Amino acid sequence: MAVSSAGIPQHWRTIKERYRLLGAHCERCGSNYFPPRNVCPRCRRRGKMAQVEFSGKGKVYSYTVVNASSKAFEQYMPYVVALVELDEGPRVLSQIVDCKPEEVKIGMEVEACFRKIFEQEDGGIISYGFKFRPSDGSWACRETGQRSS
Amino acid sequence: MAFGIVGYGVYIPRWRIKIEEIAKVWGHDPDSYKKGLGVEEKAVPSMDEDATTIAVESARNALKRSKEVKPGEVGAIYVGSESHPYAVKPTAATVAEAIGLTPNITAADTEFACKAATAAMQACLGLTKGGYMKYGISIGADTAQSAPGDALEYTAAAGGAAYVIGGGEGVIAEVEGTHSYTQDVPDFWRRDGAQYPKHAGRFTGEPAYFEHVINCSRALFEKLGTSAKDYDYAVFHQPNAKFPLRAAKALGFDEEKVLPGLIVSKVGNTYSGSSLLGLAAVLDVAREGDRILMTSYGSGAGSDSFSFRVTGSVEQKRRLSPPVSYYVERREYIDYSTYARYQRLLKG
Ligand SMILES: [Zn+2]
Repeated sequence: MAVSSAGIPQHWRTIKERYRLLGAHCERCGSNYFPPRNVCPRCRRRGKMAQVEFSGKGKVYSYTVVNASSKAFEQYMPYVVALVELDEGPRVLSQIVDCKPEEVKIGMEVEACFRKIFEQEDGGIISYGFKFRPSDGSWACRETGQRSS
Repeated sequence: MAFGIVGYGVYIPRWRIKIEEIAKVWGHDPDSYKKGLGVEEKAVPSMDEDATTIAVESARNALKRSKEVKPGEVGAIYVGSESHPYAVKPTAATVAEAIGLTPNITAADTEFACKAATAAMQACLGLTKGGYMKYGISIGADTAQSAPGDALEYTAAAGGAAYVIGGGEGVIAEVEGTHSYTQDVPDFWRRDGAQYPKHAGRFTGEPAYFEHVINCSRALFEKLGTSAKDYDYAVFHQPNAKFPLRAAKALGFDEEKVLPGLIVSKVGNTYSGSSLLGLAAVLDVAREGDRILMTSYGSGAGSDSFSFRVTGSVEQKRRLSPPVSYYVERREYIDYSTYARYQRLLKG
């Protein structure tokens, strides 16, 4: 059965950038952009843009707790939407997951994770992409290689 | 050249619900379930997590442990699950896109109850050893479904594990041999379009789990001329803590060879992720030269057994992404009403 394809081309065109946090890097001035741009606003025609995969590491620049939202996101309420400043520079708007609203702080270190962004009603498509969660590098300093027996 | 596991990675969602909390809602006796199953709590996914997102997180962690693998060298990706978000539209294509392996790759979703991903590991082994490609990836990931109030609700959990398979210096666990054992057994099923699975109660034990897990392991021993005493660890599909320990005993394994890979008590039954998460927990602690037996089980029914020998590469590679114990301890408890909301048991 054919359904309305409204939004599907837009969804499909941005899959790579949403799945992998792909942005643009200007090889002339070093600026990074997300979402990706074709032209560097600083260098204009002298700029040279290349695709870059961001590390997904960043900090919460500002945030808000959403208590009233559109129907598509109602199920997540209350949830946190933050402006995350990536280590590479660009600021991206994203939901902060795996923590309670009261745990989110400005300057908090976060890392990108892969989640469902929204689901169309009536068996429509599922849109996936990055969200951010608090960074936790605690596992890196653990003792490993210890036999338990 | 040695072929086997080049890298592995796991993921378990942050939320947990305790057996007591579920039992309270249904008026069941929590102690009889805790004792009977050997399970204390289970992992619950967030509303924005599903088998696809769990597969992606696991695969990213596996690739961190496989630095020598270049995107163009991975020729196949398979995702085994009972909870693929789409009936038609492959999970594996989304995962391949998310980890940057498209477009020159074959991708497919595999299904065989809880052993879909070990079947895919065998496929990857054949494709890489046969020289058709350098590496293949097999992922087991599930957000297991259970009808509210059903005995399955105490264990049906979420989690996953990904394995990069191939040959060469980077192999951390060589596959010494593999064997499979399959028969038509109606122990557990979900009809197309049905929301929750059905199971044949006690019938799931003797003719199903034990028949396949024990005989498959024994057949592999026979092939390789090994027995339980040749192995340092044994990992079995873990629908609860009792079944794997009983199978181990029947095969001649002491409990201490099974416990390092037995994580079901703290995370529940992660279905397609179950035996592979157990294997990952063992790889987190194993030493060069250790031998590991792993036998999966999928209802319907079948088992895949593998004999692994751990190499010296494991020590440096396992430091590169989080161990199973990190995810087991990264937990936050929720009550049944939050659980019901996360599992979408309440229709608004
Ligand atoms: Zn520029």
